[in-house]
Amino acid sequence: MPTFMTPLAVTAYTATSAMGCGLAAQLDALRHARSGLRPNDISTTPLDCWIGRVDGVEAIALPAALEAWDCRNNRLAWLGLNQDGFLQRVHAARARYGAGRIALLLGTSTASIDATEKAYRQLGPDGAFPDDMRRPAVHTPHSLAAFVAAALELDGPCLTISTACSSSAKVFASAERLIQLGLIDAAVVGGVDTLCDSVLFGFNALELVSTEPCRPFDAARSGISIGEAAGFALLERSDTAPDAPQLLGYGEASDAHHMSTPHPDGLGAELALNDALARAGLDAAQVDYINLHGTASRKNDEVEAALVGRAFPATTRASSTKGYTGHTLGAAGIVEATIALQAIEHGLVPGNLGGETPDPGCGPQFAWRNEHQRVDVALSNSFGFGGNNACLAFARAGFVA
Amino acid sequence: MSVLRIYVEGIGLWSPQLANFAALRDVLAGATPELPAARPAATTLPANERRRAPESVLLAIEAAGQAVTMSNRDAATLACVFASAHGDQAITDYMCATLARAPTELSPIRFHNSVHNAAVGYWTIATGCHAPSTSICAQAASFGAALLEAASQVVAEQHPVLLVCSDIAGCGPLRDVTGSTQPFGSALVLAPQAGASARARLDLEVTAGSTVDPLVEPLAGWRVATPSAAGLPLLALLAGTKNGRCQLAAAEALGLQVDVEHVT
Repeated sequence: MPTFMTPLAVTAYTATSAMGCGLAAQLDALRHARSGLRPNDISTTPLDCWIGRVDGVEAIALPAALEAWDCRNNRLAWLGLNQDGFLQRVHAARARYGAGRIALLLGTSTASIDATEKAYRQLGPDGAFPDDMRRPAVHTPHSLAAFVAAALELDGPCLTISTACSSSAKVFASAERLIQLGLIDAAVVGGVDTLCDSVLFGFNALELVSTEPCRPFDAARSGISIGEAAGFALLERSDTAPDAPQLLGYGEASDAHHMSTPHPDGLGAELALNDALARAGLDAAQVDYINLHGTASRKNDEVEAALVGRAFPATTRASSTKGYTGHTLGAAGIVEATIALQAIEHGLVPGNLGGETPDPGCGPQFAWRNEHQRVDVALSNSFGFGGNNACLAFARAGFVA
Repeated sequence: MSVLRIYVEGIGLWSPQLANFAALRDVLAGATPELPAARPAATTLPANERRRAPESVLLAIEAAGQAVTMSNRDAATLACVFASAHGDQAITDYMCATLARAPTELSPIRFHNSVHNAAVGYWTIATGCHAPSTSICAQAASFGAALLEAASQVVAEQHPVLLVCSDIAGCGPLRDVTGSTQPFGSALVLAPQAGASARARLDLEVTAGSTVDPLVEPLAGWRVATPSAAGLPLLALLAGTKNGRCQLAAAEALGLQVDVEHVT
């Protein structure tokens, strides 16, 4: 089992999704149970489904010096970086620690594939990319992190984690190890994924996309709604910011079962949960809220509901927020981490939007409507294709397990 | 600056010119090793999976399997850090071409194989591995960044890690843009202590700026042909008998200095 982890301070965080740009918009949507989902109006060919689209991404212009990075995913990243004073917080950290002492660790599953798709739609008579699309740095899965490193002028370790839908949860684990070992003083973590034909038609081909707004944990759920999002957090040593919320622990594990369906007994998910609790020094009963992966796929929700039912008492509240954002894939980990942090900050357990007729497999832990209560400890679950599982544990400033 | 000390217990290697790590030794000694078969054997995969698996998965699993065999470790117990600068370029080419032509005809199997963590997913399924697994990239610095990620896990968690870095060749119009012209995969089993299988001790230190070491031919040419061959300076030191130092890129503006000491 892992050893007890020294908590880290989350000194800044932000999220931009279909709920809106920045934390205030996110909190407002959660408080008013307002979904950001809309009928699909983005795929190049019609597809009958609902999406979590971020308004205004098309109108974003990157600064002139960063123009070579232009694509929808990097525009969304730039939009996200400009919320909640996040850029300024990173600039201040850079001034304090030095650009080489801050790591940049970002999760994505789509990266800039939207740009590669576009280049293939515009191939010249010679069969090659058009000249304005011949930008090698954009046509790789590292495009997002390389762009953000340039935008934030960071020179430390820089890594893209791409484990499908757990990507931007796992970045917290990598950051903690680098800080623990003294290789860095701070880390910018996060993730960005964008709506594009690859994910819409890909998940559609797997028959995982619903024609309705997704209904996580509903008995009649019929599949996922895909969304896009950008989210970031700044992690530093706790002693530098005793008033900041804390990353208490993290867990990572593999299902070893199937590429696109979860382990029927939630084995990897449970190992990741136990790993996170052990690192945090927590008993399950100390967990006030869990933001679930809850995609609204038949199988994920069945397996995850069973895990919640056997691992937690009824006093632990649980919900999926995919009904607000859609499944933001590689960005889901960071977006839902910020919702867990807002649950702690504002004493709000968000209701499980879309679960009108609860699946009988769901226990008393489920919060079907918003609940207002003190939240000291909040977890966030993220599971990805390939049986890749991650669990994060956050706590209020000053909380000691 | 902190030094990360780790031990190499196993080494795997596959390219169209090199069937395994011993072949690299032969090349460096001036010999001409026997060329491998056209497709990596990837015998860790069950036969039915092997037939269906894309080339990117076969390449990563071939290198991984060689390294784990050499280490005498049980693959099921090893945490995994798999890296690939471009992911599966053949599937990216297929998907983008299909989406441009007839998006509703996209193959579900090829879509789920398109995730960057497909190779490590298949590996954990084939070996029954429930340990943490990740899939990463950092463009031309993918090998060095993956080595840093793997070493930080080895030291922080005090558990062994399987590191794999592999890329297949580019395909279709994308190939002109990525400039990847040949496959290359390598793997290392890394441990926190000097156990019975230890072959070399590595001391890793991050350095400002990103310079990389020159290489002799044909290694220099292989390195130009794919980003995943950026680990060749380290692999060449491991294949030799002398202790030495090499410099790898760990990020755009970050180097990784590696001191290699052979353990006998």
